[in-house]
Amino acid sequence: MKFKEKIKRIAKSWYFLISIVFIYFLFSLFNKEVYLGSLNFFKDILLKIIPVFILVFVLMSISNYFISPDFVIKHLKEKGTKKWFLVIIGGILSSGPIYMWYPLLADLRNKGLSYGLIACFLYNRAIKITLIPLAIVYFSWQYIVILLVVMIFASVLQGILLNKLMEVKK
Amino acid sequence: MKQDPFKQSVVKAAKGLWTAFPMILGTILLISLISVLVPKSFYVSVFTKNQFLDSLIGGVIGSISAGNPITSYIFGGEMLKQGVGLIAVTAFLVSWVTVGIIQLPAESSILGKKFAILRNISAFILSIIVALVTVFILGILV
Repeated sequence: MKFKEKIKRIAKSWYFLISIVFIYFLFSLFNKEVYLGSLNFFKDILLKIIPVFILVFVLMSISNYFISPDFVIKHLKEKGTKKWFLVIIGGILSSGPIYMWYPLLADLRNKGLSYGLIACFLYNRAIKITLIPLAIVYFSWQYIVILLVVMIFASVLQGILLNKLMEVKK
Repeated sequence: MKQDPFKQSVVKAAKGLWTAFPMILGTILLISLISVLVPKSFYVSVFTKNQFLDSLIGGVIGSISAGNPITSYIFGGEMLKQGVGLIAVTAFLVSWVTVGIIQLPAESSILGKKFAILRNISAFILSIIVALVTVFILGILV
């Protein structure tokens, strides 16, 4: 990516943050209840994601050190089902909010990881092993098992679809 | 002088996270605001008890919502108790965790606009297909 484009992209993301902070400022003036409630909610999320943030930072450092474009080409670009299994397991085992994983995935994308595998990873992040017992409490175990299996198939389907769609007009 | 490769990796990781920082922080602020602004009763009140329409509504509401999946289970359980169909509740649960309209600006900025839009649209369509297939299989097996 060219330096100018990089600066443009960074500036855009700061505009987004500034606009949201401005909305908060307006709420602080006109609706204190919503403002304070949102800040409280924000604080709770922030405290929860700090460990994930550290985990992502460590994983990104490890990935930068050990995973080269050649490594990605060797393990995740070859034909076959192995790469899909790896990405499905990675997606299921990853924790924390989805947006915390975007920088790492962008980094892997630059190293050659396909869009389809990124989409598959993101889809499988929806499956949380630790939350399955709770889901069974609200729904039946048969329903949850079927739903999870169908979702894993859907993740691969979405990955294949995204690979095809991203190729169009490239 | 050549820099230590490990140090380089750590610096690169820090730079990558710093680039994504405003988007991630903005997204968390937006999620917090919407979670406070939208009352819990809203999630049950919009359904029509028409299977097809409700699965679309479930998908849309799940897509524009954000937060811990636990919250979606609680809402989903409540919807079932209120008589909302299982297909609609499933579409709601699946789109809650696979579609991210609130996270879209962050996803577009970091992973690319075309990818983010295509991924979210396909995830939305898949949430309805997954709901239909799951309830269909459940009907056969259980």
